[in-house]
Amino acid sequence: MADPATRLWEVFIRARNGLAHRHAGSVHAADPEMALQAARDVYTRRGEGLSIWVVPSDAIVASDPRDKESLFEPAGSKIYRHPTFYEVPDEVGNM
Amino acid sequence: MYSQALNTASTPADTSEVATRFQIRIDAEERIEPNDAMPDAYRRTLIRQISQHAHSELIGMLPEGNWITRAPSLRRKAALLAKVQDEGGHGLYLYAAAETLGVSREELVDQLLTGRAKYSTIFNYPTLTWADIGAIGWLVDGAAIMNQIPLCRCSYGPYARAMIRICKEESFHQRQGYEIMLTLCRGTDEQKAMAQDALNRWWWPCLMMFGPPDRQSPHTDSSTRWKIKRFTNDALRQKFVDATVPQGLHLGLRFPDPELRCEDGHWVFGTIDWDEFRRVLAGDGPCNRERLAARRKAHDDGAWVREAAQVWAAKQTPGRKAA
Repeated sequence: MADPATRLWEVFIRARNGLAHRHAGSVHAADPEMALQAARDVYTRRGEGLSIWVVPSDAIVASDPRDKESLFEPAGSKIYRHPTFYEVPDEVGNM
Repeated sequence: MYSQALNTASTPADTSEVATRFQIRIDAEERIEPNDAMPDAYRRTLIRQISQHAHSELIGMLPEGNWITRAPSLRRKAALLAKVQDEGGHGLYLYAAAETLGVSREELVDQLLTGRAKYSTIFNYPTLTWADIGAIGWLVDGAAIMNQIPLCRCSYGPYARAMIRICKEESFHQRQGYEIMLTLCRGTDEQKAMAQDALNRWWWPCLMMFGPPDRQSPHTDSSTRWKIKRFTNDALRQKFVDATVPQGLHLGLRFPDPELRCEDGHWVFGTIDWDEFRRVLAGDGPCNRERLAARRKAHDDGAWVREAAQVWAAKQTPGRKAA
C-alpha cells in the first residue's frame, strides 16, 4: 500500500538580484519550512539562487489550455500595439 | 544517471481524431505540456519511462554510496558525496516530471518497493573495489549522458526540462570518474590492475544499458513516432563505443573484447550476451535482491519521520488533515 500523499509545492528561485523569481520545479513536504529546506537541497546545489519562494501547488489557479484561443487569440490581430506598426521616416532617426 | 531503453512494447498507430491532431503537433516539433490533450498510450508510456528513469537514479545511489566511507582521500570523498546527492536530486526532478502526468509520488515509490517497476540493470552489479567508482563515473555516467542528451529535446516539456538540468550536472560525474581511472592507471602496477579489472567487469554491462538491439524491437516504434526517443538503441550504443574506446586506450587499458577493431572510423565490437541482460532484468542479477532490500529498509526506517512531519503540519494549521 502506498503511503498517504505529502503536500506538493511549486518552487520559484531568484538567480540573482535584479531578476524575477522563476519556476524551478516542485517538491513534496509536509509543511512550509520543510518545503523551503527541500527546495534548497533539490534546486540550489550549485549556487543557482539567492532567494526561494515555495507555494502550495493547489493554491495556483491556472488557465485551461482549451481556452487558449478565447484568451490569447484576440491579441494576435492587434498589430497596432507594436511599435513597428507605425511609420517614421528614416531622416527622423531612431525613435 | 539514467533510464534504460526498456520500453520495447509497441502499440499500433492510433488513427482516432484526437491521436491524429496530437501527431500533427508532435510532427511540428511542438512541446506537449501537462494539461494538454494527449493519447492515453502517450501518457502511459511517459509515466513508465520517466518513473523507471527516476527509480534508476535512486537505486544508482546504492552502489556508489557503498564507497563513501572508504574513499581514499577527503577530495575524493567530497566529490563522491556530491555525486551521490546529485543522483538523489535527479530522481526527484524526474518523479516531479512524472507526477505532472497525473500519477502520485507515493504510488511510484510503492511500485519500486514492491518490485512492480523496473530500473536500469546496471545497478544490479556490485562495486567491489575503489576502481569501480572510477569506472561507474567514466562508463555508466558516460553512457547515461549519451542517452540523455537527445531526451533534452523530447516532446514532453517537463521531461525535457528535467533532462536539461540533469545533463548539466552529469558532466562533472563523468569527469570525476575518468580522473579516478587516470590516477589509478598512472599509479602502481596493482592500482593499474585494479582499474583494468573494473573495466573488464563494467564494459559489457554498460553496453547493455542502451537496451535490446534494434532488430528485436518492432519498427513501428511508438516512442519514436511521438518523439520521446530520437535515436535507436544501436545508434546510441555505437556513439558511446566510438567516444569511449579512445578514452580507454589513452588510459593504457585493454577492452575485454577480442573482436574490438576500428573500421571506417567506427569501433566494431563483439556480441553482447543478451541472456545475461534478460536474467538481470528479470531479477536475477548479482545484487537485485540486495538493492531492493536496501531501498525498502531506508523507506521503512524513515516512516516515523514522515508520520511525525504530517502530524506536526496538521497541528500548525488547525482544520487541515494530517494526510
